[in-house]
Amino acid sequence: MEVLVSSAIGVLTAAGIYMILRLRSFPVVIGMSLLSYAVNVFLFATGRLVVNQPPILREGVTSYTDPIPQALVLTAIVISFGMTAVVVMLALGAFIEAGDDRIDLDESEGDQ
Amino acid sequence: MMEHWIVAPVVLPAMLAPLIVLWMRYDLVTQRVASVLGMSALLILAIVLMVSASNGPPEVYRLGDWEPPYGIVLVLDRLSALMLVLNAILGLVVVLYAIGSGWDRRGWHFHSLMQFQMMGINGAFLTGDAFNLFVFFEVLLIASYGLMIHGGGKARLKSGVQYVVYNLAGSTLFLFALGTIYAVAGTLNMADLAQKVAKMPADDTALIAVGAALLMLVFAVKAALVPFQFWLPATYTNAPGPVAALFAIMTKVGVYAIVRVYTLIFPITGTTGTLAHDLLLPAALVTLVIGMVGILGARDLGRAVTYSVIGSVGTMMLAFAQFTQGATAAGLYYLVHSTLVAAALFLIADLVRERRGRWGLSLVDAPLMRNHGMLAAFFFIGALAMAGMPPLSGFLGKLMILDATRGQWGLWATVLITSLIAIVGFARVGSQVFWRPYGFAEEEPPELPKDMTSPALAFTATGALIAGLVALTALAGPVSGWMQGTASQLFTPAIYIDAVMGGAEERAQEAARIGQHAHGHMEVIDEMRQEDAGSDPHATSPQTETPQTGHDAPAAH
Repeated sequence: MEVLVSSAIGVLTAAGIYMILRLRSFPVVIGMSLLSYAVNVFLFATGRLVVNQPPILREGVTSYTDPIPQALVLTAIVISFGMTAVVVMLALGAFIEAGDDRIDLDESEGDQ
Repeated sequence: MMEHWIVAPVVLPAMLAPLIVLWMRYDLVTQRVASVLGMSALLILAIVLMVSASNGPPEVYRLGDWEPPYGIVLVLDRLSALMLVLNAILGLVVVLYAIGSGWDRRGWHFHSLMQFQMMGINGAFLTGDAFNLFVFFEVLLIASYGLMIHGGGKARLKSGVQYVVYNLAGSTLFLFALGTIYAVAGTLNMADLAQKVAKMPADDTALIAVGAALLMLVFAVKAALVPFQFWLPATYTNAPGPVAALFAIMTKVGVYAIVRVYTLIFPITGTTGTLAHDLLLPAALVTLVIGMVGILGARDLGRAVTYSVIGSVGTMMLAFAQFTQGATAAGLYYLVHSTLVAAALFLIADLVRERRGRWGLSLVDAPLMRNHGMLAAFFFIGALAMAGMPPLSGFLGKLMILDATRGQWGLWATVLITSLIAIVGFARVGSQVFWRPYGFAEEEPPELPKDMTSPALAFTATGALIAGLVALTALAGPVSGWMQGTASQLFTPAIYIDAVMGGAEERAQEAARIGQHAHGHMEVIDEMRQEDAGSDPHATSPQTETPQTGHDAPAAH
């Protein structure tokens, strides 16, 4: 399982980085989402990989999994979801204003 | 009683912002009144908190009354209080300027976004929890995205997309860093982390050092240190003037986080050794050079100001990278100075842009503008202060930094030579924009934008920042004394750790005595505490233990 999870994180991260280095805003947005998936899985794994154990501590429970990474992941998912929405809106706005969805600024735009 | 006020700088703007959106949506005048009142209240609050933080140990506010390290804590120490005051001053000035210049009516929701921005920045300065720092970073970023594209326009939207993507990548890196640190230490409370990291064996620090270095990269993105400064010039040049002025504190959030984390959690004497110093010092030197040379190469006034901000971040990081008490005190003085002067220069650039009509800020011949002499004087003072010429606080700040880094000749040479380059750069920009127009004195001055509310208010706001610089210069003695106290508090991390973690045991017993209903909760905490004292930082029982990797076992105590 460790191999599976770690290679999944690796592949997602690599794909995400490749995509955010693209020239158009759509692949960049996809790249950001892939990166945030990668980091969510990574965060989840930081509490050690444990299968079929409750994340709740109470009497009679002797084995459990660390609940904190799950809470962190939940927060991270919500935030990255919101951020993806923002970046999609912004990219759309820029596309409508500028007429193309290139992510880079040309000389004149950078200097205005 | 005081401790409940610690949360107010976060809660007050958080309450005011939705009120402005929902209740005062269509009435700009009410929005303006509410915004100015809110900012004034924030400033008063910050000053009261600062007075309270100056006379005693750090104060702690436990959200939901959870015992550290299990809950989130807000910690008010001298450094946080200083940053709160600085932020509140800037917020008030920027709101006044935006009202005076009419910027707040060029798009929707300026005032509520400002309040959200204040909430995020104040939260980042106050929080004592690393993950919560991430959350507040996101709050301040999302507000800044809205402010950045305020008013719209092609260039602004396109550079807005760049800014957002760059910062989202930074946030992802932040999560990777936090994940790594949590995997090793099993906690994200800063004081608890500091204790745990200090106890790690010195021969097994690879993974925590990776976490520390990743965290440094994240904060370097925020602070615009080389090689992560690329987002800053396009963003600040294309942002509306008052927003760029407010962003002067945003780079300082990154600087603050570096100072906080690398004095408290990863001190230079601690497990990770001189990692922070080794990474920061070369980055700061290159940042300083690139920033100041950038002024020389700038093709318009806005760019020149933007690059001088990068240069000033480099200067202050040179001081902070020393990780000595004296240099940190000097760096803090310079931080206050550079925030005020950067904001002032951005406001001046905006005043010039509005008055120069179609010539904007570019370095071409243009007729004399309205209020020409006044603006030239403002720019002169601001440029002097930014370049570090006497008599203003820039000179004193650089002098203190040089004094604190005595004996490092390479560093001295860099600071002095880049100051000269900055003077030349500003002289070039200033003479083109403010002197050359006297050759065209008979031409009509360009038209002013029609939506200005009150140019006098905009000038007053800019003047207030310059008055702040003068005050910082006049009161240099007491201020730098106060900074010495702050630095000494920073370099005694035990004070911070005691304030957060100390007394937790007694309070737990107290609570257990008080009532049956509290009993269960406390028992769980006690159990977790015992678990914590065991072998693994994670609450994984032996039956479910995953195969231990090499780094894992010794990492736990």
